[in-house]
Amino acid sequence: MSIDANTAEQVKELEVDKYKYGFVTDIEMETAPKGLNEDIIRFISAKKEEPYWLLEWRLKAYRHWLTMEEPDWAKVGYDKIDYQDLHYYAAPKNIDRPKSLDEVDPELLKTYEKLGIPLKEQELLSGVVAVDAVFDSVSVATTYKAKLTEMGVIFCSISEAVREYPEIVEKYIGSVVPYSDNYFATLNSAVFTDGSFVYIPKGLRCPMELSTYFRINAENTGQFERTLIIADEGAYVSYLEGCTAPQRDENQLHAAVVELVALDNAEIKYSTVQNWYPGDENGKGGIYNFVTKRGACRGENSKISWTQVETGSAVTWKYPSCILQGDNSIGEFYSVAITNNAQQADTGTKMIHLGKNTRSTVISKGISAGRADNTYRGLVKIMPKAEGARNFTQCDSLLIGNKCGAHTVPYIESRNPSARVEHEATTSKISEDQMFYCMQRGLSSEAAVSLIVNGFCKEVMKELPMEFAVEAQKLIGISLEGSVG
Amino acid sequence: MSILSIENLHANVGETEILRGINLKIEPGEVHAVMGPNGSGKSTLSYVLAGRDGYSVTGGSVEFKDKDLLELEADERANEGVFLAFQYPVEVPGVTGMTFLREAYNSRLRYEGRDEADAMEFLKLVRSKAKDLNMSDDMLKRPVNVGFSGGEKKRNEILQMAVLEPKLAILDETDSGLDIDALKLVADGVNALRTSERSMLIITHYQRLLDYIEPDHVHVLAHGQIQRSGGKELALELEANGYAEFFDGKV
Repeated sequence: MSIDANTAEQVKELEVDKYKYGFVTDIEMETAPKGLNEDIIRFISAKKEEPYWLLEWRLKAYRHWLTMEEPDWAKVGYDKIDYQDLHYYAAPKNIDRPKSLDEVDPELLKTYEKLGIPLKEQELLSGVVAVDAVFDSVSVATTYKAKLTEMGVIFCSISEAVREYPEIVEKYIGSVVPYSDNYFATLNSAVFTDGSFVYIPKGLRCPMELSTYFRINAENTGQFERTLIIADEGAYVSYLEGCTAPQRDENQLHAAVVELVALDNAEIKYSTVQNWYPGDENGKGGIYNFVTKRGACRGENSKISWTQVETGSAVTWKYPSCILQGDNSIGEFYSVAITNNAQQADTGTKMIHLGKNTRSTVISKGISAGRADNTYRGLVKIMPKAEGARNFTQCDSLLIGNKCGAHTVPYIESRNPSARVEHEATTSKISEDQMFYCMQRGLSSEAAVSLIVNGFCKEVMKELPMEFAVEAQKLIGISLEGSVG
Repeated sequence: MSILSIENLHANVGETEILRGINLKIEPGEVHAVMGPNGSGKSTLSYVLAGRDGYSVTGGSVEFKDKDLLELEADERANEGVFLAFQYPVEVPGVTGMTFLREAYNSRLRYEGRDEADAMEFLKLVRSKAKDLNMSDDMLKRPVNVGFSGGEKKRNEILQMAVLEPKLAILDETDSGLDIDALKLVADGVNALRTSERSMLIITHYQRLLDYIEPDHVHVLAHGQIQRSGGKELALELEANGYAEFFDGKV
């Protein structure tokens, strides 16, 4: 983890137990009444002391959302969400920061123990996660803030950015994912509560990985965070996002929006290890993860790279995309999506080639076990001016057991005759031969599955930052536990 | 004390009885060869001993170092010291030989309640084992068995065996698919791993492997039973006369 001792100290001081009970008793919580209407949006905006333009933008989104219908084209099935039965704002009344971590949800501690994160970091993560859970997206960065600010990097919560740097936010928010983009993104635009904001100034190669741990905690609360990352000309940043959620009986909605903007010669590397609670064996209680992630390679020679390891959520609906606008810009998408039990994932990417000689690479590894369904859905679109555009797509699916499903749905549209688009797809099973071979060498059946799956995902795993890769590797093992007899 | 003691072993694949009462005792340090025609139950015997799914034991017993081997899962048997060199070593894409072997080695250490090996130490161990066998450890940098030639696959099995130091090594048709040079190389490796403690069960159709790995005992398997046992000269006799006499006209 890119977390240092200072952070550990700071996190130790967080009042995690109070926050926890706060949710149960509602005493320490400030919660908007259930339901969604213009007043709720005004309430959120006022709470966050937002400028008028942002409130207007939210309302515009809301009014547009009312005219939209929930999409049903994805290969996922879930009970209809009652949008009036959710809280759209929930936060502890005051976020003082003292006390110990002794009363952190033991389940959470156990999770991290299971992940093999050392005790110190474990304390730390629980703390950070807890902070995010109260929608005060305090991220690891806070500790580095002074150092980052010195270099001109802005890394803070989006609420803070709205207050401190309104001109940058206004310029870029909604510029990649417009408020009218799609049902969930539009809903997010209307009600987003928090998220992270990053700005890397011209020519700076951000020397540390910026990371945020998201966590959903409150009951019946939708989480709508919004992340905006801007890499100015010649800048570079690597951003990590981790997600967890506690076990609940009811499904929780998570509808985030992430916007990335890379200007001339800039590069953004965005890595996600998504481990939202997947629900019980029947999918009950898991997170509905309906996320819109999109990056714009606005400048020449810019590059955006998405790497994701998706192991959690009951339902995942997510297509991190790149708009390759600048000439010679590069988009990459590396994905591992694992579904077990009753999990459903419909995920993939969109590569939109606008500029000349733009290139994109898509490597997707889908793993299904139990009764799970896993769909890769991808669009490669070459526009008329994208002379010499190139795409390579590889989709591999791995099945464990005989009740799960893997589906590949590639859409390819080329409007420029000079473009070259390649698509490769394979589907395979973990064979009984492989299992026996590994076990004959002493590996338990679970260790064998984990090893084989990690091998299958190798091309993607090597794209993850080192610290994340270790965590992701273990996660793969954990999420497939019990998938073989 | 025998290392392996098989008594009246019966086993089915599906509904079909393949092993029909096998009796075999192996002492520490002994090399036994089981020879037999196709379909005699040779490979089934090796799979039953290693604990592969899909083979059901219907009668008899197998003791390994005084333990009831049939009670153990495949991985437990491996960790107790049973090693099967596969006739067709399996590909594990994306997993380097080194990672695979380290996982295996550490599984054993954990099974024995010991600490896992340090990565550097393990690397040294593997290098020295490879050197003893006169093999390069280069293939351990590649994904397990992916794109390996027949000879490389079998050499890789022997190298794994050298690192895992089994008490009982079962070599299932290790000679199949090897040209004479590759066969010699593999046989030299096996011979280098012979000790007064380690027992081996060599399963083969042809005698030629036994020119290079000299067995203490030879058994002829047909119809799921051991029909005859003898010294290494029995192998030569089989080479000359074939297996016909063991079929009794009931092929």
